[in-house]
Amino acid sequence: MGIGKCFTMALSSILSSKMRSFLTMLGIIIGIMAVIVLVSLMNGLTGQVTDTFQEMGTTSINVMVMDRSATRELEPDEAFEFVDENKDYISNVSPTVSTSAELKASGYDDTITASSATGVAETYAEMKQLNVTQGRFIQYIDVDREQRVCVIGTYEAQELFGGNAVGEQIKINGQLFKVVGVLEETEDSTSGSADDVVYIPYTTAAKMNGTSTISSYLFTAVDEDSVTTATALLEDLLLRKIGDEDYYTVTDMLSMIDSMTEMLDLMETILVAIAGISLLVGGIGIMNIMLVSVTERTREIGIRKSLGARQIHIMSQFVIEAGVISCIGGVIGIILGIIFSAIGGSLLDINAAPSVGAIAISFTISAGIGVAFGFLPAKKAAKLNPIDALRYD
Amino acid sequence: MPPLVEMKDIYKIYHMGDTEIHALDGISLTIEKGEFVAIVGQSGSGKSTCMNIIGCLDVPTRGTYRLNGKDISKYSDDELAMVRNKMLGFIFQQYNLLPKLTVEENVALPLLYGGYSDREQKIRAHAALKKVGLDSKAKNLPTQLSGGQQQRVSIARALAGDPSVILADEPTGALDSRTGREVMTFLRNLHKEGNTIVLITHDNSIAAQAKRIVRITDGRIVYDGPAEGDKIVAMQDRAGEDEA
Repeated sequence: MGIGKCFTMALSSILSSKMRSFLTMLGIIIGIMAVIVLVSLMNGLTGQVTDTFQEMGTTSINVMVMDRSATRELEPDEAFEFVDENKDYISNVSPTVSTSAELKASGYDDTITASSATGVAETYAEMKQLNVTQGRFIQYIDVDREQRVCVIGTYEAQELFGGNAVGEQIKINGQLFKVVGVLEETEDSTSGSADDVVYIPYTTAAKMNGTSTISSYLFTAVDEDSVTTATALLEDLLLRKIGDEDYYTVTDMLSMIDSMTEMLDLMETILVAIAGISLLVGGIGIMNIMLVSVTERTREIGIRKSLGARQIHIMSQFVIEAGVISCIGGVIGIILGIIFSAIGGSLLDINAAPSVGAIAISFTISAGIGVAFGFLPAKKAAKLNPIDALRYD
Repeated sequence: MPPLVEMKDIYKIYHMGDTEIHALDGISLTIEKGEFVAIVGQSGSGKSTCMNIIGCLDVPTRGTYRLNGKDISKYSDDELAMVRNKMLGFIFQQYNLLPKLTVEENVALPLLYGGYSDREQKIRAHAALKKVGLDSKAKNLPTQLSGGQQQRVSIARALAGDPSVILADEPTGALDSRTGREVMTFLRNLHKEGNTIVLITHDNSIAAQAKRIVRITDGRIVYDGPAEGDKIVAMQDRAGEDEA
């Protein structure tokens, strides 16, 4: 008996009771849909998180020194020297000094509160691949002389000066700074975006903060492969300088992305496992209906057996029927899953398209469930005694 | 050449709690190719059990059963299915057609399990339907046909696989007497064409139309011989009392 014949037989049997078949499929439809939507949304989320981290630079390594007594520190000169000594692995360094800042354009009424200014070295623009469209970036001489100059993002330029900002004066926490450069627009020039930034020389920032020590550095490794070595070298340096592991942290972006992805993956696994339970319930639903179907069709089975159907024929008839029901449910679930992923993705503003792999796996699982849960009823059908089955009403 | 059906000392014993029920109590029966035999008996006489064993739907508890010279007493479920498929054609009282399949598909069913190709199934099914005069109804569903027509479809199904033995279990039981006579005429014609037919019935007037009668009572054969020699058949007017 050809496999094609089995499928047409299964299809006609399924179509002869559409409502029941649909209700049987519903469990599989919902289960597969839930899996697809969850996987897609989690993938979208992971993608977005990874992108955000990657924008910060995958070769970045942050060093924080937390000894407030300032008896043990890493001085900027030592950091620059260290980079020079380890050119093979570390390409650059910039101290980073964060200050919260209230910005006010001198001679204008607009004020931006709750912004921040970051003190950096002249190397920072290259490390972060910042492009200056007007004017220039902070230079060594600005750092050396603790100049009150700043480079601002397009958000500040738009908000405070309506665009052309170079040469204008800006008040940061009451002190006058000269705008020497405006950065290229990278996002949409809104508050809190990558365009909402103010850079000043780190020496100036440290002075504003009232501390002379620099507690935070941004290093960049030569490439992604050097990150591990560079991190190890930095750990080694800091242990020598600071003496106690508890007083500093070295965090590289790659391992942060890794642990973040790992966490999101774990979350995805848990969510998919929960969605998987509904697939299991769907499978039990199929088994239930197939058992009812076998009882209802006892006479049919008897007739088929009396005409020479072997156990394998009867079994494959029922297994294929369960498989086909489950596969149709799976396909509907996949289609609905893609639709709902797209809707969910646009609502959350993430790129949530299910991968081909996820679709393939879902389809395989749904087919597998049908076959697995159809097996027991099919076995029962195949074992029926033809005499009893023929007598059955 | 061995006889087509050869039963030797067949016992079929069922256990109901502690008591043994001898449905067949030592039956020996031989049927040659081309015979038209009626197995007659009242309800409960064991004739159905006998038919189940001849039809390879059941195996005897004791004794040997050779079909075409092959001892099938110890065959497995699947082996019996293959024997049924190749050697036996069934005609049931309730026609037993599958209501969701067309007439053609019903007739082709034994061919499907026999491993014939789609094309061959179609050709053979049509030939069988033509024989019973229903090839015009090939695409109909069984429920669209009359009882007599449905029984003819089931005869076509029994013929389709070209079996060695045609087993007819009360073939006229569900039909009115006129259509019943038509079906019997049909079976007689099949016999004339050389087919071996085993008819199982409780109705003596039906049994009388066979060449040979085997009468079973309480699991034993009480008469085996030509129809004319059977006393009860000779007194056909009392036939109605046989119904239990």
